[in-house]
Amino acid sequence: MARVEERIDVGFGPSPAAEAASRPRGDLARLPWISFFIIAVLIVVAVLAPLVAPHSPTEQSLPDKLTPPAWQEGGSTKHLLGTDILGRDVLSRLIYGARVSLIVAAAALLAGGGVGLMVGIVSGYLGGRVDSFLMRVVDATLTFPTILIALLLAVSLGQGLQTIAIAITVLIWARFARVVRGEVLAVKTRDFVALARVHGCSHLRIMAIHIVPNVLNTFMVLLTLHIGFVIIVEASLSFLGAGIPPPTPSWGQMVADGRSHIASAWWLAVVPGAAIMLVVLAFNLFGDWLRDWLDPRLRQV
Amino acid sequence: MQRFILRRFLQSVLLLFVLALVIFGLARVSGNPADLLLREDATQEDRAHLMRALGLDRPVHEQLYIFLAGALRGNLGDSIRYRRPATELFFERLPNTLRLLPLAMVGALAIAIPLGVLAAVYRGTIIDRVSGAVAVLGLATPSFWLGIVLIYIFSIKLGVLPSSRMGGPSHYVLPAITLGVFLVAGMMRLVRSSLLEVMGSEFVKLARLKGLSQTVVIWKHCLRNALIPVTTLFGVYFALLITGAIVTETVFAWPGVGRLTYEAVIFRDYPLLQAVILLKGIIVLGVNLGVDILYAYLDPRVRYA
Repeated sequence: MARVEERIDVGFGPSPAAEAASRPRGDLARLPWISFFIIAVLIVVAVLAPLVAPHSPTEQSLPDKLTPPAWQEGGSTKHLLGTDILGRDVLSRLIYGARVSLIVAAAALLAGGGVGLMVGIVSGYLGGRVDSFLMRVVDATLTFPTILIALLLAVSLGQGLQTIAIAITVLIWARFARVVRGEVLAVKTRDFVALARVHGCSHLRIMAIHIVPNVLNTFMVLLTLHIGFVIIVEASLSFLGAGIPPPTPSWGQMVADGRSHIASAWWLAVVPGAAIMLVVLAFNLFGDWLRDWLDPRLRQV
Repeated sequence: MQRFILRRFLQSVLLLFVLALVIFGLARVSGNPADLLLREDATQEDRAHLMRALGLDRPVHEQLYIFLAGALRGNLGDSIRYRRPATELFFERLPNTLRLLPLAMVGALAIAIPLGVLAAVYRGTIIDRVSGAVAVLGLATPSFWLGIVLIYIFSIKLGVLPSSRMGGPSHYVLPAITLGVFLVAGMMRLVRSSLLEVMGSEFVKLARLKGLSQTVVIWKHCLRNALIPVTTLFGVYFALLITGAIVTETVFAWPGVGRLTYEAVIFRDYPLLQAVILLKGIIVLGVNLGVDILYAYLDPRVRYA
């Protein structure tokens, strides 16, 4: 927050040229290539799932059940990552599961981030009582274990994409609102906002036309930094039986199903969990890089 | 001070009221709460009977009154699965969770503080990078998966630790680790950044000018101040632990309130779930209130803010 105050004192932000010069050089060279590669593979595989997957994710084949991965004794190249208790191909389920993870993450981030963005802008721009009320709500949301509300939603609304998106929105909007508000506080003291006001722009127009573009960088960084978090939350909800309902494969659900067979078929739980970890790691490192590049002041968040 | 306590107390009560409204509202958003309470094979007469019994045939404001009045008397309905009062079940399981949480908290602090200090003191070196990598990995590991992997390694392959249920001290090891890792990454980063901030302040420069050794400056002067933000976040960590306990207790079949939450979800036991959430809400709000009051007592600036 100290940094925001500094900017308020100065009145003007640093000029774009000065900002560019102060950026560490060679950012593209320090692009986290491994993360980038993992994310690219994930997206391609998820989009092209029907073409890439060797089998149907829901097709059962009981004679093949519990085949271990190819490199283990008894494994076959027909099922590279083995099969589950119903003889479904783990690799194919993993590939279709990537789809679910990405769709849920996208829907939830757009909804939750959108709500947070709006609340943050209104709160920061209007200030006063509205601001202190909204920030109280944000504080309350942040200190409450909101995942409980997410579970309650899943039980009362029934499982499905929409429910998960609403549940994750409830979970993340406050984080977005708080950071965006901080940015808005700095932006609204700049001269172009006052000028717009003098020109007779309505508050609504100022917020939409003048404030939003100036907090967009921060917003994008926040979105990227939260992808990994959202994927973990979705997997946890699925693990707890409150996610996308079966038979649609989702990674959390796969771990949950594999849990009871951990002694005899370790790959059922370990493989999808490792996939979650790898993907979340990739998104987090990518997000860190994007933050350093676009908006280093967010480091403390 | 009394005014501060009163204000914070009223705020917590208000929040609790809002939580009760949310729970009450959610049961009705999706249609008739009776359908949430009934088993799938229930007949139409069962439904009508239940609606009368619960007062669902009355206007909404009367229903709300009945719900809140019941909640105030500690009556949050009976669990469908266990056919017993939900509050009774909750308080039966609570001690088991409370045995696990402090272990996880202490364990997390024992790892996070030294790692955070090392990272700050040796900023930019390989030590900083390694502890940074630990934090990044910790954040990316789903705790339900970590628990299963730990069971696979230590219970099944090595056979040295029990995999589930409560028992002797060895039963606590894996669940406490799983739950603790959940906190370590965030705590470590916080210790690091807050220590770095303190290390740059004037009184630290003075301590160095006086010729105090590095060890004394870091551990005595800096760390004490650096830990203030860590302690104020106790309430947040507590909420995180309550969340983490749901998954951890599920993985380790630990008979606590986290596992009870999971059971309520998978058996669609709505009365049990709403009771669990309301009671956990009360506990979290109570802890937060306590932390805030303690903090205001320790630091007068907070009281008058």
